[in-house]
Amino acid sequence: MRNMKMITAVAATLLLSGGAAYAASAEKGKVAFGKNGCWQCHGWEGQGGNAGPKLARTQLPLEAVMTFVRATNGPMPPFSKKVLSDEDLTDIYAFISAQPAPPDPKTIPLLAR
Amino acid sequence: MTDLNGKDGFDRRKFLTGAAVAGVTPALTQTTPAQAQAAAPRHTPSALPPTTKTIAAETQPPGEETSRIGGKPGSDYMIDVIKTLDIKYAPSNCASSFRALHESMINYGENKSPEYISCMHEESGVGIAHGYFKASGKPLLTMVHGTVGLQHATMAIYNAYCDRVPLIVIGGNDLDAASRPPGVPTFHAAQDINAIVRDYTKWDDTPVTLQHFGQSMVRAYKIAMTPPYGPVAISLDAGLQQEPIHEHGAKLYIPRYVPTSPPQGDSNAVREAAKLLVAAENPVIVADRCARTPNGVKLLIELAELLQCSVVDQGNRMNFPNTHYLYRPAGVVSGADVVMGLELSDFWGTVNSFTDNGENGGVGFNSPRVKPTTKMISITSVDLLTKSNYQDFQRFQTVDVHMAADAETTLPSLIDAVKSAITKERASVIAERVEKAKKAYADIRARDMQAAVVGWDSSPISTARLCMEIYGQIKDLDWSLVSSAGDVSNWPARLWPIEKHHQWLGKSGGYGVGYGAPASVGAALANKELGRFSVSIQSDGDLMFAPGVLWTAAKHKIPLLSVMHNNRAWHQEVMHVQRLSNFRNRKANYGDDMGPIGTMIQNPDIEYHKLAESMGWWAKGPIKDPAQLGPAIKEAVAVVKSGQPALLNVWTQPR
Ligand code: HEC
Ligand SMILES: Cc1ncc(C[n+]2csc(CCOP(=O)(O)OP(=O)(O)O)c2C)c(N)n1
Ligand SMILES: [Mg+2]
Repeated sequence: MRNMKMITAVAATLLLSGGAAYAASAEKGKVAFGKNGCWQCHGWEGQGGNAGPKLARTQLPLEAVMTFVRATNGPMPPFSKKVLSDEDLTDIYAFISAQPAPPDPKTIPLLAR
Repeated sequence: MTDLNGKDGFDRRKFLTGAAVAGVTPALTQTTPAQAQAAAPRHTPSALPPTTKTIAAETQPPGEETSRIGGKPGSDYMIDVIKTLDIKYAPSNCASSFRALHESMINYGENKSPEYISCMHEESGVGIAHGYFKASGKPLLTMVHGTVGLQHATMAIYNAYCDRVPLIVIGGNDLDAASRPPGVPTFHAAQDINAIVRDYTKWDDTPVTLQHFGQSMVRAYKIAMTPPYGPVAISLDAGLQQEPIHEHGAKLYIPRYVPTSPPQGDSNAVREAAKLLVAAENPVIVADRCARTPNGVKLLIELAELLQCSVVDQGNRMNFPNTHYLYRPAGVVSGADVVMGLELSDFWGTVNSFTDNGENGGVGFNSPRVKPTTKMISITSVDLLTKSNYQDFQRFQTVDVHMAADAETTLPSLIDAVKSAITKERASVIAERVEKAKKAYADIRARDMQAAVVGWDSSPISTARLCMEIYGQIKDLDWSLVSSAGDVSNWPARLWPIEKHHQWLGKSGGYGVGYGAPASVGAALANKELGRFSVSIQSDGDLMFAPGVLWTAAKHKIPLLSVMHNNRAWHQEVMHVQRLSNFRNRKANYGDDMGPIGTMIQNPDIEYHKLAESMGWWAKGPIKDPAQLGPAIKEAVAVVKSGQPALLNVWTQPR
């Protein structure tokens, strides 16, 4: 079973076809994130939860995300180019990367025990 | 023995009715053959002479104080029996097949122990009993129309069965095909009503005499309350309930209830388990329904501290405080050399993982979570209650030391055996684990805090924020999280300090959705008597299976704070259909919604606050802005403290 770690290792060598020419939009990415169901498991802000990990401010390169989303056979169902275009995925990447930094838990009184 | 089975009285009643009718309308004495058949059987004289009381009842004109039944009703005796068992409530939906027992309960029994709780759905009645037991440790009974009502109740009974919760279901049934009223009551009668629940009840019976009922009721209670606990069913003949008691035979008695002691692990197996645990370098205890009582929690802490080993609480009961430095998430089993499971519902799933990735011809991928050399110990009383049809026993797992015994009952002897197996040398190895364990605990807690703040200000409101806003308003009360329906990414277990047995009551057992709402009302009913503050996290899909239970809470003034996790979906299924669409390389069809057709509860959005308000609740919503949530919960808490139920319709993130 291929998981995220293995894919990150090979992904650096893969290139998005025509990706360099496409100007990604976080705004369009927000819409695509909804229309393609990424929100279902990762939350509307990509905050993560029981059904999928945090995507907000991902440290993964675009190529790794591309490879993973297309080819994973782990707990996330893969999205082929047929159901999710490279452009939409590139916009989604821009959207999750553009998420604001979360507050420091220490500054939130509700989280103090 | 006509007096004992009541048939004598039954016939006499018919005869008297017939005679009275004949008296006023002589023309009717000329019967056609068809009428004669309809009136059969005619009165046949009893072999035993009637008592003076019976003679008086039959020969004197009916005065105001005489009952038409001709003696104390059988159902009064049934109430006498039930009262000896100290059953506090009977959450039920009314029906003619148990009208006699109902009447005796509220009139003869003065509606006390049990007190009738009006329910809109039989599933709610069972769900209330389910939640009530988990908060109080005391079983309730529920009465149902034996066919259609029991059909409604079935899923909830299955949940109780899988969750090892005792409750008594009494189904009214008119057995006598020759005399029961024709038409509807006959549609509502069956040869064997209990057949549909036999696969997921511990025991059932169909008493045919009052004395038989007395024995069956006490036996039912005793079986339900012997670990492994479980639901039981009694089919109660309508005739038996309605007929008078005849005491001109052997006198009716009520058997005394004496609890059965639960099964304890064999002493050799206990010693062997202790040896394995003490010799292990990294033993892990996994508990699911181990702590039946608060004492179970104490015992588990004692054992874990003796071994300084990690404890995973799978959460079907509150087994172990999440503030303890030995508390760990499920993944910790991967490093274990010994895993001990205490009342696990799924040992296989504890030590193996399943990935639903469509591979292996669509069935997914299995892999072990533990090393091949890992030794396994299991203590579970459920091994004594394995049935064939429903598959709650899960996949087969080979275990090295396997005890068919109640875990909580076995813990004291296991603790003793561990103490005697710990040599000086092992004691020092064990002591060295403490610092490392404390650091690992602190790291996990820091990671949970970091995860909680991502999306903290988002709208819809994040599940972490939802949970912490609730906690912020209840933390100084003696609170009890009576149910958490749907999935809020486990935030209460990750972030609320849960230290008392009643602070977390677990889940449905059989994953039959629709448990959360009634179980939270039932648990709140128990907590009301115990002076605790009840809070539930209520998902939308769960509530809508039988929302009428909201009325029951208002009707009976059951204080409950219900904060909704309204993600506007049967979200679990949203992801399932998305997953299958992807496996099949098809774009999922969302129609006009945000997720796959058939999985979203939107367009139109349900106004749960209005729904609750219409049934007598204080309610507010929809709350979408996280800044408004804390103040709204504060208001709702004040309402609940005044003795009323309150609901907040909160729009939340999916998970
Ligand atoms: C049905 C649930 C589900 C849906 C829908 C889903 N994901 Fe995931 N996603 C997961 C899970 C579970 C993982 C963790 C996978 C693993 O560990 O192998 C994951 C992991 C990822 C990762 C790797 C994150 C990391 O840091 O390791 C990325 C990137 C990702 N998803 C992107 C997406 C995008 C983009 C979409 C929408 C097109 C999407 N996901 C839709 C469940 C889902
Ligand atoms: C009686 C019943 N019907 C259907 C299902 C399938 N099912 C599993 S989870 C779920 C969704 C429940 O929705 P909700 O309570 O809102 O929780 P969410 O998944 O949205 O958190 C359904 C329908 C079930 N488990 N039980
Ligand atoms: Mg939902």
